[in-house]
Amino acid sequence: MGLKSKSSDLRRRLRNARSGGGEKAIEKQKAIGKMTAMERIISLLDPKSFHEYDVFVEHAGKDFDMDKKYLPGDGVVTGTGMLSGHPVCIYAQDFTVAGGSLGWMHAKKITKIMDHALKLKVPLIGINDSGGARIQEGVNSLAGYGEIFFRNTLASGVIPQISVILGPCAGGAVYSPALTDFVFTVEKITKMFITGPEVIKTVLGEEISMEDLGGARVHCETTGNAHFYAESEEECFSQIKQLVSFIPWNNVKKAEKFPKKSPKTRQYKIDNVMPSDPKQPYDVRMLIKAVVDDSEFLEIQDLFAQNIVIGFSRIDGETVGIVANQPLILAGVLDVDSSDKAARFIRFCDAFNIPLVTLVDLPGYLPGVDQEHAGVIRHGAKILYAYSEATVPKITVITRKAYGGGYIAMCSHHLRADFVFAWPTAEIAVMGPEGAANIIFRKEISTAEDPDDMRKKKVEEYKEKFANPYVAAAYGYIDAVIEPEETRKMLVHALEISKGKEISMPRKKHGIPPF
Amino acid sequence: MPKKEKEEKIRYNSLVVDGVKYKTLLTQKFINRPIFKEKDPGMVKAFIPGTILKVRVKKGKRVKEGDLLLILEAMKMRNVVASPVDGVIRKVLAKAGDRVSKNQLMIEIDHEFKS
Repeated sequence: MGLKSKSSDLRRRLRNARSGGGEKAIEKQKAIGKMTAMERIISLLDPKSFHEYDVFVEHAGKDFDMDKKYLPGDGVVTGTGMLSGHPVCIYAQDFTVAGGSLGWMHAKKITKIMDHALKLKVPLIGINDSGGARIQEGVNSLAGYGEIFFRNTLASGVIPQISVILGPCAGGAVYSPALTDFVFTVEKITKMFITGPEVIKTVLGEEISMEDLGGARVHCETTGNAHFYAESEEECFSQIKQLVSFIPWNNVKKAEKFPKKSPKTRQYKIDNVMPSDPKQPYDVRMLIKAVVDDSEFLEIQDLFAQNIVIGFSRIDGETVGIVANQPLILAGVLDVDSSDKAARFIRFCDAFNIPLVTLVDLPGYLPGVDQEHAGVIRHGAKILYAYSEATVPKITVITRKAYGGGYIAMCSHHLRADFVFAWPTAEIAVMGPEGAANIIFRKEISTAEDPDDMRKKKVEEYKEKFANPYVAAAYGYIDAVIEPEETRKMLVHALEISKGKEISMPRKKHGIPPF
Repeated sequence: MPKKEKEEKIRYNSLVVDGVKYKTLLTQKFINRPIFKEKDPGMVKAFIPGTILKVRVKKGKRVKEGDLLLILEAMKMRNVVASPVDGVIRKVLAKAGDRVSKNQLMIEIDHEFKS
């Protein structure tokens, strides 16, 4: 056989190995708005940048007549490519081949590309679309999952890991996405749960639809397992591209620098956003947009624990992670979910050299039996832990209220913020004036002829004395009291001057955060 | 001003933290949060959904704490449900063969309970 015929033999073999699960299975996949594994990779990555490996890998199943079956690519496509100019390692499970089920060689292909990603120090993207373990391969498929989880953990904090759930992801399979940094979901396509509706019905007698149990909305709104919600796979891919533009390739690199751009001050003006009464709500995302480059803010987990807002922006061309209380929702309190959400984000930013900008306006922690019993002490501690251990530049701006434990938790000087700025409207106090006056002046109020009048008087007195940034500034807990319009200017300078920040932490194997 | 108009469309709720009332929106999760009520241990509820295998008590029977009330099969396990209190059976709502959901009331026991 000459080179020509060998080449045509290769092409024939490639065609065969890339045939997926056949026309019928592919048709079925498309009928429900899903792309095939290869189509997904091609439409996500930069044109002509994808290089596939392990095309000829075959499955290793021996029992139940599996040895007589040929599964093209063993149900998963793996390779490398470029995403918005950044190198990435990627795998996509192919549901059309044996339901994308995970057998030993399928897992081997995935772990091989994961090892590559970790060695080459580039982000890993996993597209999940699988019916679960390949039952015929028994304990070997469990071994496959275990090997994946182990590598997810090794890679955590070294390279960004992104999971895209474009189909079922059930049983043990869910733990790979759970160990990664960002989970993307699509309405009607994402289905993620430990036990499906069938099992729940037969064992427990509870009836629930797949969508209500583990659909995109549920995971983005209720469980907090997912970070991004999209209506279609195309929208999901554009979200991934945007995210990748904000984050570095690995934990020793910096995120890509973009040209500096001013905020769109015509649309977003601090003056228009902020009500002066600390009890009035406003949308903190408008404030963020008023200070960041081009008013661009990529919000993460925008549907979950909305009382805190997290996401990426750029200031003077460089990526920053933003954490901000949201007075619009639950008055911006910290609670179990919001602490959990913020803490994980802070740790991501710290691991990947992304400076943190914190905007503070909160009345404290959410009161209630349900919160106490849900472990708000343990969960609330996460945010203290995450801020305290973060060594990236930390800049805090207190805009209005910073009361009690909330003040400490939101990256105060005591947790080693590098700069804490406060607006003249800031109120740094142990609690709101009404609450404080009621306690401090209890006697005067209860013994007064007109207790209500006395209470009002005492509240005013307290407000006058303590509801301002100057008491904290007098102790040096605030570095500068600034005009709201100066916020961006101060942030630009603080970030610029903190570039060479170096601090040493006590030597340890690892800390023990309260999770 | 267009901004004001937009504000008025939103119907705000309020939330009280440390004696201060804040105008804000509430989340569905917050609205649906469980409201705490003191539990009467004499109200014996299914701690897991399953099937009643056997009921060993009848109305009027005096029971001691730890006495067998019924057997609840769930997740392939036969769970012994014992009386949490000393008292007298007021009502038996479960019978053998019944499928019960989680927190379904199975037996009521009269006992000294201060609510």
